[in-house]
Amino acid sequence: MSLSESLRSVTSGTRSVSRLGEALAKQSRSVRWSFGAICILALYLLPWWPNVPVLGWIVETPGTSFPSVLTDQVVIFVLVALGLNVVVGLAGLLDLGYVGFYAVGAYTVAILSSQHANLPWLLCMPIAVLVSMLAGVILGTPTLRLRGDYLAIVTLGFGEIIRITANNLHWLGDSRGISNIATPPSIGPLKFGVLDAKPYYFLGFTTILIVIFLLRRLENSRVGRSWNAIREDEDAAELMGVDTFKFKLWAFAIGAAIGGLAGSLYAGKVQFINPNNFPLQLSILFLAAVVLGGAGNMWGAVVGGALVAWMPERFRGFADKRVFVFGVALVLVMVFRPQGLIPRKIRKERWLESWKPSTGTALGSKE
Amino acid sequence: MSDNLLELDHVTMQFGGVTALDDVTFAIRRGEILGLIGPNGAGKTTCFNVMTGVYAATSGGVHFDGAPLAGLKRFQITKRGIARTFQNIRLFPDMTAIENVMVGADANHRTSVGGALLGLPRHHREEAEGRNTAMELLTFMGIADRAGDAARNLPYGYQRRLEIARALATKPQLLCLDEPAAGFTPAEKVELMDLIRKIRAQGYTVLLIEHDMSLVMGVTDRIVVLDFGKVIATGTPSEVQDNPAVVAAYLGVPDDDA
Repeated sequence: MSLSESLRSVTSGTRSVSRLGEALAKQSRSVRWSFGAICILALYLLPWWPNVPVLGWIVETPGTSFPSVLTDQVVIFVLVALGLNVVVGLAGLLDLGYVGFYAVGAYTVAILSSQHANLPWLLCMPIAVLVSMLAGVILGTPTLRLRGDYLAIVTLGFGEIIRITANNLHWLGDSRGISNIATPPSIGPLKFGVLDAKPYYFLGFTTILIVIFLLRRLENSRVGRSWNAIREDEDAAELMGVDTFKFKLWAFAIGAAIGGLAGSLYAGKVQFINPNNFPLQLSILFLAAVVLGGAGNMWGAVVGGALVAWMPERFRGFADKRVFVFGVALVLVMVFRPQGLIPRKIRKERWLESWKPSTGTALGSKE
Repeated sequence: MSDNLLELDHVTMQFGGVTALDDVTFAIRRGEILGLIGPNGAGKTTCFNVMTGVYAATSGGVHFDGAPLAGLKRFQITKRGIARTFQNIRLFPDMTAIENVMVGADANHRTSVGGALLGLPRHHREEAEGRNTAMELLTFMGIADRAGDAARNLPYGYQRRLEIARALATKPQLLCLDEPAAGFTPAEKVELMDLIRKIRAQGYTVLLIEHDMSLVMGVTDRIVVLDFGKVIATGTPSEVQDNPAVVAAYLGVPDDDA
């Protein structure tokens, strides 16, 4: 299968996914819920997909354990893409230093569970989320007065500052990093050790579901509306009474918190981190995931994150050329789907159908 | 309570060496439709921008409802009760018409991240209130049939009216319309005049910037004329119409008179 053919199958695939979404929207609530439940169940069983014929050949990652790819890459990228999507896709703030928040989350867990204290992971994780959120507020307060390119450059600097600081501070384990990071506690048969990656996947996937649930609530509220308005026209939004600074700061803080959450999951899984885990390139890849999937669309972020994480592992067979293949695939998607694989949709206000609209009378003519 | 809803008090606005507004003083009375007219570049839109906090005046002050507006952020001025439309339409293009108006209605709402995450009763109450307000305004403006369409896909006339609906949704005391009839046919302008009268009948005070003299004369109670950043005349439409300074500003002065 040539590259362009496979690309066409990917894009037509996403198109049929969105068509499926439209068809589902017409179905009754119970049909939609049971379809969703089946999808969630199927995704919980994702670590076993390589054993399924045909499907297994598509998803398998030659040379790397598939469950490890899921936990170390896919889950992390999906979470990060969801968080970055709030900042870039919803509020329209270009953040090139997102890896910084991810690093703050990972380092917080590392410090509290290994380097300087012995707290359990379950306690470290919420602290890491709060610390990352605080980092978002601290970075955002002075910088969110900037717009566009200027904001991008400042955030780029932030990501680098975090990495270089970690590299040079003995207190943060300097370039040797921090090892023996606590793992999540075992729950019944789910043992979080080094041998089996599956429990981490279940934990990560559950986290993703919770994050999606919460983000949906935000999107469907005054908060989401304000973010959209800010992205569309910041000046007009402020003149319509939107406290733009407050909502931009919230977008930054929430994005940072989700980035930190992903970092804490990563630290708990790999149990060893060093500054090299958080290069600038990772920020770019995170952004690529959001843009590839479709900035502003949560499902786009999920698909983009999963693809960007999984593709390099799938193409490991190409050896040295795999990054090249990955890059070409990204470029082609952008050429053929500039809005991303699952573009942002105009909101459908379902309640409008039950409303009785009166046609133009107050000002008569329509053109 | 004073009769004046908004007062401009010796406002001067300079951009570098250019004086866009020069010692401008006038007031808008409660419940009136005030026209602000003047030739191109007279400073009409600058005047709007000073009132709504887009620019901070170089000197002088703006008082709204008896309190100074200096130091307030733009969104705070909107919440105080001044709403505006834009000379060149500035809707949120990828949002639906109804969402555009709901953003305006949100100026009166307080739900933030916590309330939305927890789904507090206030969140649901405010969402329902926003929907009702928005639909009522779209119906009032006669564009409710396209409520679910993206603003960018609406016809031009609809977009202009959507801007007014969005501004009204903030529940302003003063509605500032910046050339709302730009690009309208004469028939549409007549309809717009009716609409502006209807808006005033609802208890709003309206400030209208307009180029089209017939529209201004037909709908306003009083008119302020700006020329080169200065107020050159104030009065009823007929008074202003006969004012030689206004005629000179619009038509020019014959060479031998100058």
